[in-house]
Amino acid sequence: MIALSDYLILGAILFSLSVTGIFLNRKNVIILLMCVELMLLAVNINFIAFSHFLGDNAGQVFVFFILTVAAAEAAIGLAILVVLFRNTRTINVEDLDSLKG
Amino acid sequence: MTFEKFVFYLFAAILVYAATMVITRRNPVHSALFLVLAFFASAGIWLLAEAEFLAIVLILVYVGAVMVLFLFVVMMLDIDLATLRAGFINYMPVGALMALVMAIEIFLVVGPGNFGLDKMPAPAARPASYNNTEDLGSVLYTIYMYQFEVAAVILLVGIIAAIGLTMRKRPETKYQNPSLQVRVKKADRLRVIKMDAED
Repeated sequence: MIALSDYLILGAILFSLSVTGIFLNRKNVIILLMCVELMLLAVNINFIAFSHFLGDNAGQVFVFFILTVAAAEAAIGLAILVVLFRNTRTINVEDLDSLKG
Repeated sequence: MTFEKFVFYLFAAILVYAATMVITRRNPVHSALFLVLAFFASAGIWLLAEAEFLAIVLILVYVGAVMVLFLFVVMMLDIDLATLRAGFINYMPVGALMALVMAIEIFLVVGPGNFGLDKMPAPAARPASYNNTEDLGSVLYTIYMYQFEVAAVILLVGIIAAIGLTMRKRPETKYQNPSLQVRVKKADRLRVIKMDAED
């Protein structure tokens, strides 16, 4: 039988990989967005596993809402990216310093 | 090793491989395609955990809509890969180290010592008549009704924000205004002048 820890460790590996991805591709906004999607996927795996092992479908409902919010986030993020590229002709994060932060 | 376990490890291996490819590929199009593979593999894992509805939703919504949007944007933008890749190797050690530390820490918390089969026994398989979609729907439309409506509003905000951000007015484009065209009066267009007949 598959143990709960197997699911949780898989989620942990996936989450760590996406954190590494954010470190490696810190200039490319598109890959950063993809890494955020991977992180949400890792969290969703944890929710599904706990929902399965505790016999409570509240976890699956939560995953449903996370998917909704992630879809909206991806749509708005890509829209911002397109506007950004149209105005500055770049998606390099290091060039985005007009706010002087 | 049972067949169920074999399928789990197969999908887990595909998922980890695809995630590694997503973060290391040079071409963002390849990254997006490997992300599709990752979503497929995790849908398989969700099916193993008896979350059938969400597995199908993951493929329909993510692979069908979100990733197509990603691919569309990646292919539309003409990006300079060389500058974006600069420093990739420099960040590798610190990123890998941090990920390793994080994975080990999470492993110590959620590893087999705390969430193994002896601590959390696997639940009995559901009967064949169990319907995951019906089960989710029955709570989604009753207990979680308010949250469900909030989710709908979030999607609406997403639509409006995406359209509002990307819509632009070009000054050189000529528009027709049907409202003004319909409301025009005879007096606005026609001028009757009195003048003597010319010979």
